[in-house]
Amino acid sequence: MADGKPRSLSPGPGGRLGTLLDDAVWGLRAYGFIVAMWVRSTMAYRASFLIMLAANFATAGLDFAAIMIMFAQVDALGGFTLPEVAFLYGTSCVAFGLSDLLLGTAERVGRRVRDGTMDVLLTRPVPVLSQLAADRFALRRLGRVIQGSLVLGWSLTRLEVDWTPGRVALLASMVLCGAAIFGCLFVVGGAFQFWAQDASEVQNAFTYGGTTLLQYPPTVFGKDLVRGVTFVVPLAFVNWLPALRLLGRDDPLGLPDWLDLAAPAVALLCCAVTGLVWRAGLRAYRSTGS
Amino acid sequence: MDDADGAFIDVRDLTKTFTVRRRSGLLRRTATRVHAVDGISFVLRRGEMTGFIGPNGAGKSTTVKMLTGILTPTSGRLRVAGVDPWRERTRLVRRIGVVFGQRTTLWWDLPLRDSYGLVRRMYRIPRARFEENLARCVELLELGDLLDVPVRQLSLGQRMRGDITAALLHDPDVLYLDEPTIGLDIVSKARVRQFLLTLNAERGTTVLLTTHDLSDIEQLCERVVVIDHGRLMYDGPLAGLHEVGRGERTLVVDLERELPPIEGIPGARTVRTEGPRQWLAFPASASAAPLVSRLAAEYPLVDLSIREPDIEDVIARMYAG
Repeated sequence: MADGKPRSLSPGPGGRLGTLLDDAVWGLRAYGFIVAMWVRSTMAYRASFLIMLAANFATAGLDFAAIMIMFAQVDALGGFTLPEVAFLYGTSCVAFGLSDLLLGTAERVGRRVRDGTMDVLLTRPVPVLSQLAADRFALRRLGRVIQGSLVLGWSLTRLEVDWTPGRVALLASMVLCGAAIFGCLFVVGGAFQFWAQDASEVQNAFTYGGTTLLQYPPTVFGKDLVRGVTFVVPLAFVNWLPALRLLGRDDPLGLPDWLDLAAPAVALLCCAVTGLVWRAGLRAYRSTGS
Repeated sequence: MDDADGAFIDVRDLTKTFTVRRRSGLLRRTATRVHAVDGISFVLRRGEMTGFIGPNGAGKSTTVKMLTGILTPTSGRLRVAGVDPWRERTRLVRRIGVVFGQRTTLWWDLPLRDSYGLVRRMYRIPRARFEENLARCVELLELGDLLDVPVRQLSLGQRMRGDITAALLHDPDVLYLDEPTIGLDIVSKARVRQFLLTLNAERGTTVLLTTHDLSDIEQLCERVVVIDHGRLMYDGPLAGLHEVGRGERTLVVDLERELPPIEGIPGARTVRTEGPRQWLAFPASASAAPLVSRLAAEYPLVDLSIREPDIEDVIARMYAG
C-alpha cells in the first residue's frame, strides 16, 4: 500500500505536464477509494440493493418494450429490422449506462453550490470532480448496463455480420467512446451550473434525450435534426455512424466513410474540451462565490 | 514556512469585490459592485487563538473563504503558512482544518468511522498517526459510542464534535471554525470549548474562529478581530473591545404588578417597560449582584434574568461612538 507515504509537496521533475499527470492519477485513485466506500456501504443492505437494481433494470427495459410493441405491428422501422434496432438500442444503452454509473452525479453542481457544500469539496486535497462524481456512487445504475447488454447480446446472435477482428474492435470502441462522450456531457452540464445553477434540466435534455434518440434508427428522424445532432452534439459518433458501418448501411447524410472511424478522436477531443470547460467553471465559481 | 517576522497568517490590504447583476427591467440588467471585503490587514502568529467577529454580511465568511483557498481575492496579499491559498489550494488544504458550523464536512449517509476512513485516504495520513489522532479526539470529545452511527442520525452537538475530529485527523497547523457552537446545548458548548483550549495548548494549533457568541470569545480567545462592512474595525484584546464598544448588559425584571419605571438604582437606567416587565441597562463591566439586591429590597420582584450584550450591539456602539 502506498498509503503510508505522504506525497511530496513539490512538483515532480516532470514539470507542468508531470504535475498534471500526477494530479490526474491522484484524482482517479481518489475517485476509486470514494466509490469503494460507497459500494461497501451499499452492500451493507444487500436486499435493498438487489431490489433497487431490479427496479433500475425494469425501468430501463420499458424503453425496449416500447420498441417491441412497435415491431409487433410493422416488420421494419425506417428500413431497419428488429435485430438492427436492438443493436442500436443495446450499444447506446450500454454506453449511456456506463457513463451514468461512473459520472452521473457530476451534474449535482447547482445543488452543491446552493447548499454551500461545494465549499466543503474545495477544502479537501482531492480534485473536486473526483469527489463530485464519486459521491453517493449508485451501483444500482448497473441495472441499465445489464439490460442494455442483454439486448445487445441478443441482437448479435441475430445479425448477419461477419465478425472480423476489426469489426469487433469497432464495436468495443463504439461503446467505450460513446460512454466517454456521454460522460463529457454530464461533466459539461455540471460545469455550466457554476454559471447558471438551474441548468441541469437543459443538460438532461441532451443526456437522457440523447440516449432516447440514439435508440432509434436515424432515418426515422428529420434530416436537419440528424445533422444537428451530428455536429452540435457529437452524439452520432457514439452510435449511428459506426453502427451503420457495422450493419453495412449507407448513412442518410452521405458523409465520407472515414468519419465512421473517427469516434476515438472525437471522444478524446470531447474529453479535452470538457476538461477546459470544467476548469473554467470552477475558476468562475472561485472568483464569484455562491 | 513562517515569514521572517513570525507571521503565520498574513493578510495585507485584502479585498474582494463581487459583481451582482440584478434584473432592472424586462430585459435590462444592472450590475452593482459590492465590496464584500474592503482592504483588510491583520497578522496571526503561530499558536494564536483569535476570534473573528462582525455582524451578518460583514465579510467574515468571504475572508475565511479566501484564507482557505475557496475564493480568489480581488486584490491584496495573502499568505497562510507561507502558501498563497488561492494558487496552491491542494497544497494548502493539507495543512489546514476547516469546520463549518452550519453544514457538515462529513458524509451524510456514512457512519462516522467510514467518514474518517475516507478522510485518512484523502489526506494520505499514515495509519499509525491516524489511529493515534482519532483515539485522542474520540476520548476528549466523547465520540466512542457514536462511531458507527450514520451522520444524519447525530444530534447537532454530536455532529459538531464529529466534524471537529474530521478536521484534525491530519494534524493541521491552522484550524478555521465557522460558528462552532451555534445551536449547541450548554454541555456540548463546554465540551467543544474545553477541547479547543486543550488542542491549542498541547499542539500549538493556530485557531481562527468566527462566532456570534461573545462567551465563546471570552473563554477561548486572547485576541479579537472585528470587521464590519468589509473593513477592519478593531484588532486587539477582548477587554478593549468592551471598552471601545461600551457594552451594556440588560436586566429583565418581572414585577408583581405594573409600576412606573424603576428609578433611583445607581448605575442602571430603565430603557423599556411593558406591563409588569421592565428592562434596565447597566455597564457590562459592573457586577449585577448589588443591583439585584437593591431591586429586591425596594420592589416586589417576581423574576429576573440578565442578557449579555451581543456582538451586534457592541459593534453598533463602536460605530456610533
